[in-house]
Amino acid sequence: MVLTKPFMQLRPILAALRRHKVATLLIVLQVALTLAVASNALFIVATRIVHLSRPTGTDESHIFVIRNQWKIDQNAAQIDANIRADLDTLRNVSGVRDAFSSEAFPLEGGGGMLVGVKLKPDQTMRPKLAIVYFSDDHAIDTLGVSLIAGRNFRPDEITAIGPYDKMAPPVIIVTRSLAHKLFPDGPALGRTVYLADGPATIIGVMGSLQGPYAGSTTRSIDEDNVLVPARYIDPSGGVVYLVRAYSTDMKPVITAALRALSKQGNVRLIDPMEGVVTLPQARERGYATDRSVALLMGILSGLLLLATAGGIVGLSSFWVGQRRRQIGIRRSLGATTGDILLYFHAENFLIVVGGIVLGVLLAVLANLGLMKVYELPRMPLYVPLVGALVLWSLGQVAVWSPARFAAKVPPVVAIRAE
Amino acid sequence: MWGYYIALALRSSVRSKALTVLVVVLLAFGVSACMVSYAVFRATTSDPIPSRSAHLYVPQIDNFGPSKYSGEPPDTLSYTDAVALWQARKADRQTLVYPTQWQVESDNRSVPAMSMSGDAVAADFFSMFDVPFRFGSGWAPNDDARHATVAAISSRLNKKLFGGQDSVGQGIRLDGKIFRIVAVLGDWNPKPRFFDVANLGPLSAFDDTEDVYIPFTRAIDMKKAPKYDYCPSYSTDLGISNWGKYLSSECVWIAAWVELATPTDVKRYRDYLYNYAKEQQRIGRFSWPPNVRLRDLMDWMAYEHVTPRASTLSMLVSASFLLIVLVNVIGLMLARFMRRAPEIGIRRALGASRATIYGQFLTEGATIGVAGGLLGVALTLLGLWGAGALFEPNIARLVHPEFSLIALTVLLAIAATVVSALYPTWRAARIQPAWQIKING
Repeated sequence: MVLTKPFMQLRPILAALRRHKVATLLIVLQVALTLAVASNALFIVATRIVHLSRPTGTDESHIFVIRNQWKIDQNAAQIDANIRADLDTLRNVSGVRDAFSSEAFPLEGGGGMLVGVKLKPDQTMRPKLAIVYFSDDHAIDTLGVSLIAGRNFRPDEITAIGPYDKMAPPVIIVTRSLAHKLFPDGPALGRTVYLADGPATIIGVMGSLQGPYAGSTTRSIDEDNVLVPARYIDPSGGVVYLVRAYSTDMKPVITAALRALSKQGNVRLIDPMEGVVTLPQARERGYATDRSVALLMGILSGLLLLATAGGIVGLSSFWVGQRRRQIGIRRSLGATTGDILLYFHAENFLIVVGGIVLGVLLAVLANLGLMKVYELPRMPLYVPLVGALVLWSLGQVAVWSPARFAAKVPPVVAIRAE
Repeated sequence: MWGYYIALALRSSVRSKALTVLVVVLLAFGVSACMVSYAVFRATTSDPIPSRSAHLYVPQIDNFGPSKYSGEPPDTLSYTDAVALWQARKADRQTLVYPTQWQVESDNRSVPAMSMSGDAVAADFFSMFDVPFRFGSGWAPNDDARHATVAAISSRLNKKLFGGQDSVGQGIRLDGKIFRIVAVLGDWNPKPRFFDVANLGPLSAFDDTEDVYIPFTRAIDMKKAPKYDYCPSYSTDLGISNWGKYLSSECVWIAAWVELATPTDVKRYRDYLYNYAKEQQRIGRFSWPPNVRLRDLMDWMAYEHVTPRASTLSMLVSASFLLIVLVNVIGLMLARFMRRAPEIGIRRALGASRATIYGQFLTEGATIGVAGGLLGVALTLLGLWGAGALFEPNIARLVHPEFSLIALTVLLAIAATVVSALYPTWRAARIQPAWQIKING
């Protein structure tokens, strides 16, 4: 009985709406536009948040990075000696758990070296693209990644590589993602692959480790990384030291590390502003754009929903005011306050349903348009449907107080002249 | 008369306080969201060099082959192509640009060695891009030819090293070599930094200009590797074993700019590019037909997506927001005007024409618009002040509360309300005087 009641009221509602075509149309239009815009905006927020909260797979909160440039006129042998001495020094700084040298670091926002990985030396198919982290036997511990199969590098496997040297490490460690892409059917451990200049045996597979790019465009290879056992000797580009501290309060450790390095002779330049970055800082900078988009779209969607709610409150109140007489007559003919409440909630429900139908259509069209311009993924249909649910509830909440106001209209209004 | 209408509008606003407040607040939010987004959008789509941008062009040559970049040539040129274009001198002026990093030392012992960025450029760079000079002037074209060890530095670096004194003729040590300073640049900070976008990408397009400029030819002599490059095939090109091989490789890393005064010149240059690529195909370097582009500066900025996504998206969503607010305001105005049907009926019965009713209600709309606009200005200022938290720092600092923006905010609010008052006014003016008097009698 309770459930059929709203439907019994359908006829008078439709009759009333027919008399207010334009006002009804305006609410329908408003709900439709709100649904179309808000569901797309919130979908963008969701994709950005998913993107910016991806883990690097490392022990981020304990890791900082020193960007070290070499003073000019040092040859490769000198720089190699510097790196060895620096790493010894860094590992002995109090508060430091471990350190290694590389050419890039997670969340850097670029700077990684790409390498093509082939399964056969004479492969004609396009090689699988992967990102290199130069590393040594301390890399796994410093990053805090897990070795899920095989073994770590041995100290005697670590060599030195310059920018123009051939890249042919005899052994490498790869991420699980890359291992799976190279060998989808079986274990990658112990298999041989071919980098630019020679064969390399996969001696270890690690869990997840993100590449340095952190952008949307490199997303497909973000997890495909190779650890190459070498110190990177680049006289002009310098080197980065990744350092893992015991404490999350890295400031004192950074100060101590820089002081220790400065005692190693006048061989380096570390920029006073940009020279040291912690991974939490790098995360903040690397995802600044995504955060900005998410925040803006979120705020605007919130305002949008509030505006629509405000509009519904305003128009419903007006309608209640206009129909005081009609409500009075219904009340004096025996309608209870519950009937009046139901009437206004049902009316709002009907109007919003009209808006939702049009809105889902517009939302999908807008998404198709945005996909063309902004490389957005296709919006799953449940997003506008959830949006529809939100708007429907919003409508019911917005009509709440005007409906209560209407229910309070006393039957005597019917006979009182205004 | 107008004064009377405004007074009427205020009186009716007092009578329906809640509805009026709702309209004013909605308008203010809609308009200010639009204006904040617009301020950022305007700053990020602005022309960095309005006096010359129409004559500056970026040539592109496809040396990767049709399978890369979905048919577009790479953004930068290989050394082979860049130098060929530059030496052909088919444009009025031309320059090559690539960003570099230098270790800078001065004889001033109190200044520690620094790592500074800059660009390797040709002599025309300064005249093409209207670079202002504080002291001295850019090097001459024959300095390019002589591979001269000369440098132009920023005022900022000049201040650091020489305390802001005229340092022209002095030496500066870059990567250990002494360069003679020929110029100290004036205050020069084009936004976006268009000439480096091809190399550094859109994310750093709104960063400040760098500090050190030296001749392209000299940088090549010093084997100054670029910060970024793209190579057609990483599996083969990573094996490049020395600088000479790198220069002759198909890796791209040099941006070229040409200045072309007339459409005829542009056409001629485009033909030249086409023929150049055709020639490369003929000699067997390219196995594909010529694929070249010549975009002017603003087209290039659009192609490179310099305007941040946050900016365009927020412009799009705020505009939709304003549209929704307008639909909303139409409904609320309709409610507001129709509530006064008896009053309108009486005015009409007393002899007011439809035009008078139009005048009265549109004035009322405009009055509410002014109120919405004023609140909108406050919210816009608040939004601009908070832009630092919403946009990335290097974008947020580009927007300032200017008078034009504030005036535009108020105008937009008034225009928006008057437009949304049109239909409700039309309805109000159609009210039959007799009918209203009868039923309320």
